[in-house]
Amino acid sequence: MVIAAVLALAVGTYAFRLSGVILGDRLEVPDALRRILMIAAATLLAALAATAALTEAGHYAGVARPVGVLVGAVLAWRRAPFIVVVLAAALTAAGLRLLGVP
Amino acid sequence: MRSAIRTTDRSVLRVVLALAAAVVAVGVSFGAIAVAAGLPGWLVSLSSVLVFAGGAQFLAVGLIAAGNPLAAVAGGLLLNARHVPFGLAIAEAVGGGWGARLLGSHLMVDESVAVALAQPNQAARRRAYWLTGAVLFVAWNVGTLLGILLGQRVGDPAALGLDAAFPAGLIALLLPNLRDRETRRVAVAGAAVAVLATPLLPAGLPVLLGLIALVLLAIPRREARW
Repeated sequence: MVIAAVLALAVGTYAFRLSGVILGDRLEVPDALRRILMIAAATLLAALAATAALTEAGHYAGVARPVGVLVGAVLAWRRAPFIVVVLAAALTAAGLRLLGVP
Repeated sequence: MRSAIRTTDRSVLRVVLALAAAVVAVGVSFGAIAVAAGLPGWLVSLSSVLVFAGGAQFLAVGLIAAGNPLAAVAGGLLLNARHVPFGLAIAEAVGGGWGARLLGSHLMVDESVAVALAQPNQAARRRAYWLTGAVLFVAWNVGTLLGILLGQRVGDPAALGLDAAFPAGLIALLLPNLRDRETRRVAVAGAAVAVLATPLLPAGLPVLLGLIALVLLAIPRREARW
């Protein structure tokens, strides 16, 4: 089932990529639609980030993870390098757990 | 981003190498997180070769780990639908023959499209597209492999805080888009909907339900103009 999901995603993604290239000289996409697709992509990723930060298997997650993510998000907002953001989030969560915070 | 990379070939190379370093870092976190989520290493690596779309792969792993592979496919494809307009915009740069189209299409990612579109003429656009796409394909797959190896060495991902690294990394990737006001409004509303719906709905659906914010906030303001 998981293998089929990965393959379906691969085939569908490639079909999207190729179809645009083939239709390239015959079709004009309205700028408004292009922008809607960009906003849809950002919204899906934001929803994923929020649920991954705050929930765990249908329940709300503990404290350590959301605080770690918050530290990473603040660093990202201040334009810290990607690797710093990820490491700071992980180390914060790991450190809090070491101190016994759930 | 587009105006920042309006440059000659030499500085294209500099931009591509900087992008590659970032993509390796993202790939490492993707590989480690996917393995930590319980996916077999070979399948994670195969997905980076065949899908080659970081955002969709992160989304898919999150939803597969949540137990909903159908939502993983639906969400991933929704995310990747933006490649259709990308392809329309970049068709010339990919090339005319079928060989170039079939191979070049697979190298289409946000960065290769953006770098190519920033070039002053068609020859430069074609070189920039293929260079960026090829380098980032290698970077993404090398990063994924390193992440898989890292993830397999680490027993409990929570002890290392890997569960916090994933959303933080996603937010870092998203932030350039969120500096746009309308995108930020819709994305934050969608995220709130998804979180509030999580205790109520089966795994995977809350993230897709977040798109309701798009329907409510972004589309109505445009209908007049369509």
